Amino acid sequence: MSRNGALALAYHTLFVAFMLAPILVVCWVAFTPEGFLSFPTDNWSLRWFYAIARYPEFISAFWRSLWLGALSSAIAVAVSVPAALAIARYRFPGREAMTTLFMSPLMIPHIVLGIAFLRFFTQIGLGGTFVGLVFAHIVIVLPFALRLTLASAIGLDRAIEHAAVSLGASEWLVLRRITLPLVLPGLASGWALAFINSFDEVTMTVFIAAPGTETLPVRMFLYIQDNIDPLVTSVSACVIAITVVALVVMDRAYGLEKLLVGRGVDGR
Amino acid sequence: MRVAPYLLSLPALLLFAGVVVAPLVMTVLLSFHDWGQYKGIEPVFILKNWQEVLTDSYFHEMFWRTFRIAFFVTLLAALFGAPEAYILNRMRSPWRGLFLLVILGPLLISVVARTLGWALLFGGNSGLMNKALMSAGLISAPLPFMFTETGIVVALAHVLMPYMVLAVWAALQRLDPQIENAAVALGAGPFTVLRRIVLPQVMPGILSGAIIVFALAASAFATPAIIGGRRLKVASTLAYDEFLNTLNWPLGAAVAVLLLVALGAIVVGASRLVERRYAQVFG
Repeated sequence: MSRNGALALAYHTLFVAFMLAPILVVCWVAFTPEGFLSFPTDNWSLRWFYAIARYPEFISAFWRSLWLGALSSAIAVAVSVPAALAIARYRFPGREAMTTLFMSPLMIPHIVLGIAFLRFFTQIGLGGTFVGLVFAHIVIVLPFALRLTLASAIGLDRAIEHAAVSLGASEWLVLRRITLPLVLPGLASGWALAFINSFDEVTMTVFIAAPGTETLPVRMFLYIQDNIDPLVTSVSACVIAITVVALVVMDRAYGLEKLLVGRGVDGR
Repeated sequence: MRVAPYLLSLPALLLFAGVVVAPLVMTVLLSFHDWGQYKGIEPVFILKNWQEVLTDSYFHEMFWRTFRIAFFVTLLAALFGAPEAYILNRMRSPWRGLFLLVILGPLLISVVARTLGWALLFGGNSGLMNKALMSAGLISAPLPFMFTETGIVVALAHVLMPYMVLAVWAALQRLDPQIENAAVALGAGPFTVLRRIVLPQVMPGILSGAIIVFALAASAFATPAIIGGRRLKVASTLAYDEFLNTLNWPLGAAVAVLLLVALGAIVVGASRLVERRYAQVFG
């Protein structure tokens, strides 16, 4: 394979600068010592990071986002394991339609889902509750969990299971000791990808979160709608830092490319 | 007929029937209900909201703006993302993985944080963006980015760019490097190889990336809401307003359902076209 020319590398540098600029700017402004938005040059300060502590809404929203993401991703993985096994191992009428249905939250705009959930939860008395948020998040992160569990279910070597059965293992024992441990890496990465998507979701959640149940991105969004000040940049800088750490860990553990490109049946 | 696969998928099926299908059906029904300032939502069947959405020039202008923004975002993403994926694919081992992480990573960073970054970069006439463009000699007077369509297009192109790079990257992985080598051996210059060998083979990737980017751009919410401000409305921010400020839910539902239907038609139509165009080549 031939090398990139000087022109290609110059283009690449500009492109990377474009991709990183807004993210770096947020982190840069977060260190301002001033009381207003400014780019600190010779004076740096952590005052706006300390200021987060005096704004409990951000702290509680952060914990809520963390729990919501962990819980909804765990349930999404739990629900998608049997579904993935069914799709990977059986040919049955409605298989394609079912897969499309489970992947549909990727295709339906989140704005439409937000409206639909708002109407639905208000009607059944779950409007603005944490339970409602959990249900909504399970559904929107399920495609990510399913895609990765499906990939590992398809990649599973059936011969190992057959060997266990021929050695006298019961069906339940095979599932517990052979199948689940083998798909575990897929489950873990599916959970991680689902968690990040839940943690970042704002468009759908902004419709169904009430003042007591706002998630961190929703709180940030509503704050920015009112005014942009250094406080929201320091909160964003923290979110960016957490995401970058998670990103590097996931890349080391599983490979970001595999995680994002996926090896599922439909390639989406 | 075996029951095992149905039994295994039962939890997920029940969940989706209850929490996806039912709410969507209810939203479609909601778009036919009546609403009044004092009487609230009346569960009757009328076409008032649909008539309003389909005939009022305010909604025409808003939908036109939504799809215009999505079109330019897609164009920018394809124009700049595809070459970058190609360059990335030609890089050597540590750099390749590192820059893939740098370019795809932002996908996982909160959209609100990324859009905030653009709001800071645009920041009025003296923003960093204008300073950089002016010192590079690209523009002579500051351009307004904040609260304009240009600003929304630039920020959304950044937010959605990784999807395009990802799609083209995936297409490049399926490419056989021997074909390029064969073309070079037969005397083709680098430009000819790019135009006649690489581009035709990655075109399906560019087009599928374009479909994803277009769909996400047309339904994006946080970025147009923050960069566009309260005046410059797109379909999603208008629906949000109807639901949470005006409280005219039936009208908001009609806007959302129309967006869903229009997007669905465009995405399915475009996918069919792409598949038909490339079926002969790759079938």
